[in-house]
Amino acid sequence: MGEKTYTITSPVMGTFYRSTAPGEKFLVEEGQKINASDIVCMIESMKIFTELRSEQSGVVKKILVENEDPVMKNQPLIEIEPN
Amino acid sequence: MLIKTILIANRGEIALRVIRACREMGIKTIAVFSDADKDSLHVKYADDAVNIGPALSRKSYLNIDNIIAAANKTKADAIHPGYGFLSENTGFAKACSDNNIIFIGPSAQSIAKAGDKSAARQTLSDLGIPIIPGSDNIVSSSDLACDIAARVGYPVILKAAGGGGGRGMRIARNKDELVTAFSIASGEAGVAFGNPDIYLEKYIEKPRHIEIQILGDNFGNYIHLGERECSIQLRYQKLIEESPSSFVDETFRAKLGKTAIKIAKSIGYTNAGTMEFLVDKNKNFYFMEVNARIQVEHPVTELVTGVDIVRQQILIASGQMLAIKQEDIRLNGWSMECRINATDPRDNFMPSPGQIESIIFPGGPGIRIDTHIHDKYMVTPFYDSLIGKLIVWAENRPTAINRMKRALSEFEIKGIETTIGFYQKVFENDDFQKGNIDTHFLERMK
Repeated sequence: MGEKTYTITSPVMGTFYRSTAPGEKFLVEEGQKINASDIVCMIESMKIFTELRSEQSGVVKKILVENEDPVMKNQPLIEIEPN
Repeated sequence: MLIKTILIANRGEIALRVIRACREMGIKTIAVFSDADKDSLHVKYADDAVNIGPALSRKSYLNIDNIIAAANKTKADAIHPGYGFLSENTGFAKACSDNNIIFIGPSAQSIAKAGDKSAARQTLSDLGIPIIPGSDNIVSSSDLACDIAARVGYPVILKAAGGGGGRGMRIARNKDELVTAFSIASGEAGVAFGNPDIYLEKYIEKPRHIEIQILGDNFGNYIHLGERECSIQLRYQKLIEESPSSFVDETFRAKLGKTAIKIAKSIGYTNAGTMEFLVDKNKNFYFMEVNARIQVEHPVTELVTGVDIVRQQILIASGQMLAIKQEDIRLNGWSMECRINATDPRDNFMPSPGQIESIIFPGGPGIRIDTHIHDKYMVTPFYDSLIGKLIVWAENRPTAINRMKRALSEFEIKGIETTIGFYQKVFENDDFQKGNIDTHFLERMK
């Protein structure tokens, strides 16, 4: 993670989802341009879904976790290269 | 007694609640558990226990085939579904009857009728029962949701057809919000209930949520057990409940009770159920929905009526006639419940899973605690954040409030964040103490 990369981390222990609902298309792909406040992934914990938004506009550099994988609190999820 | 063995298709505190009723009635109990729950108290307290799959709910507690197989293997006569999970799933109720297993709850047809908003709305408006304007059916797409919202007017609320508890529930104040909310609500509903269906209603501002507990046997006898005041909610999830409601006098109670029984009769509802109403400040009330199951907050009704609702559920399911008459029901004293959740009030009530280091439970007069947690218990992120219920009884509301404050101050859970400290603030609040509450009380208090 270089200085120029901005990393989205999980706010809570739970399950990582790349879409807003199972079976729907993924919110973002690597290489995709995004705007600040775009929803990039969801975390489900205790049946509550939390949508995670990017705080900066840029390009999705790397998605670090597989869809539906368990994640820990503060675990890095998605790297964004801000523009 | 027709029922000799009951499988409890649930986990956590409600599984314990059902097991306790069974043990007092001399009924054998079968627990089911996921890989995440193998060391849980419900497994320990039951006479027998069956592993029904991995931690994710849809692979275990929502897995109808595995649960029916467990019941067949252990020769269970009946299944108690608890609340949440498969409790209002018609496919599950039907699978039980197909396998000659008694489903402790209403019939699959009644659950379907209670869940079929379109038919229910038509029937109820024919009966003269006021309902909230909204979609007459499951809303199949966000486009359709926008059309209906334009007709009834914003704000609107999306609700899961498959169950309650705030899952799959979102408010939208304009078209943009509605498009996003629709997708998220549908996803939440699918995960929580195995059913992504959503319906839409006009959202009534600042109402009270007041519900009526009913019991109906298989012979057409119905009684109601008075009301529960459930206006203290956050994100449409109830946090504090009480019975009676300081807003309901005897005349209004009789009117709500009569309406609730009328609704139950209209759909041939049997067993325990709850009719939920929104009540505005002028005591206009709108029927919201039937909760076709035992509810989290049932203990407050038990403490003021003296009726063991789970025991009644089992008696009704085994074909017995209701032995309690309406005139036997008096609301004696006051009961209040705090839902102890593993969420962090200082971080916007984010889930707070983790390992509990130690617990000190409150005690003394008028205290009831329904919980499955204990020292070193691991609260996983796979299930609901409810880790226990603290319920008090006292002669009147002011005494109940003081007793709850005392109990909350004794209650200590180390290792994870909980809602205990937050409730201490609610019980100090002047408006709360005076009973000046509506479903937005907590949003204003924060």
